[in-house]
Amino acid sequence: MAKTDKKVPMNHVIGFALSIIMTLLAAWAVIQSDLPVTWVIVFIMVLALLQAGVQLFMFMHMTEKESGGGAVPWNMMFHGFALAAILVAGSLFTMSFGFDHGDHGDHGGEHEEHMEMDDSEGDHSGH
Amino acid sequence: MAAEELKTGPLEYRTQEGRMTILGFWIFLAAEVVLFATLFATYAVLFGRTGDAPAPMELFEPGIVLVMTFLLLTSSFTCGLAIHQMRRGNVKGLMTWMIVTLALGFGFLGFEIYEFVHYVHEGASLTSSAYWSGFFVLAGTHGLHVTLGTGWAILLLIQIARRGLTNVTSRKFFIISLYWHFLDVIWIFIFTCVYLIGMVI
Repeated sequence: MAKTDKKVPMNHVIGFALSIIMTLLAAWAVIQSDLPVTWVIVFIMVLALLQAGVQLFMFMHMTEKESGGGAVPWNMMFHGFALAAILVAGSLFTMSFGFDHGDHGDHGGEHEEHMEMDDSEGDHSGH
Repeated sequence: MAAEELKTGPLEYRTQEGRMTILGFWIFLAAEVVLFATLFATYAVLFGRTGDAPAPMELFEPGIVLVMTFLLLTSSFTCGLAIHQMRRGNVKGLMTWMIVTLALGFGFLGFEIYEFVHYVHEGASLTSSAYWSGFFVLAGTHGLHVTLGTGWAILLLIQIARRGLTNVTSRKFFIISLYWHFLDVIWIFIFTCVYLIGMVI
C-alpha cells in the first residue's frame, strides 16, 4: 500500500499546470489573437486533443501495469476516439460540406448558397 | 478467482474481480465517447441553423465559460489527489480531496444552470431552433453526467466513512475518479468545439 510515498504527486501537478496553460492559450487564440479563423480552429483543436491526452495519461492511470489489463484501457479509448472522429467527420462530410446554412462555413456551393441567401436575408433583418 | 488475491500493489487491483470491474468501466467509458460523439456530430451538423433565435456569438460569454472550465479542471486535479491519498492508505486525505472535488463540481453545475437560465431568458431554449436543441442536448447531457457523478460520489463518501478502505471501496473510488476525469475530457471538447469555435465563427 505504501507504494507511493510522495506527498505530492508531481505528474498530477504538471498535468494540472499544463491543462491550465493550454486552456488559457486556447482562450487567448480565440479572444485576442489576429490569426485567420481556420488556423485558430486548428490550433484550439490540437490543444483540446493534447489536454485530453493529459487527462488520460497523467490523471487516469491509463497505462498502469498493476491493472492486469495491460494495454486494454488504451485500446478501448483508442477505438472510442477513432469511432468519435469517424462519426463527427463523416456527419459533417455528408451533411454540411458543399452546403451553406445561412452565413456560416466557408465551403458553400454556389447554387445552395444562393438559395439560402434569399430566405436567410429575411431572417437576418428580422432581428 | 478471489482466491488469487494479491498482497501488494494498489488495493483496487488486488482481486480479479476488482481488475475486471475496472476494465469493464473502461469499456463503458469508450461507449460514452461514442455517445458524446453522436451528440457532437449532431451539434456540428446543426451549427448555424439558429432560425429566429439569437446567434451563439451574441450569447456566449468567455468569462463564465472560462470559470466553468477552471472549476472542472481543478476538480479533476483534486480528484487525482484524492486517489493519490487513497493509494497511500490515507482515508482522511481521500475524503477531504473528494469533498473539495464535489464542491468544485457543484460550483460548475451552479454556473451551468445560471448560464442555461440566462440563455432561455434571451430567447434561446431547447425548442427555439435546431442549433439550440443541439447545444442544450450536448451541454445538458454533460451536465447530467456531472450531476449523477456528484450524487454517486456522495454515496461513496458515506460508504467509505462506514466501512473504511477495502478492496471494494477503493475499487469504487478508483472508478468514480475515472468517471470524473472523463467528464473533464468531454468538457474540454465542449469548451473548444462549442464555446470557442462558437465565438470565432
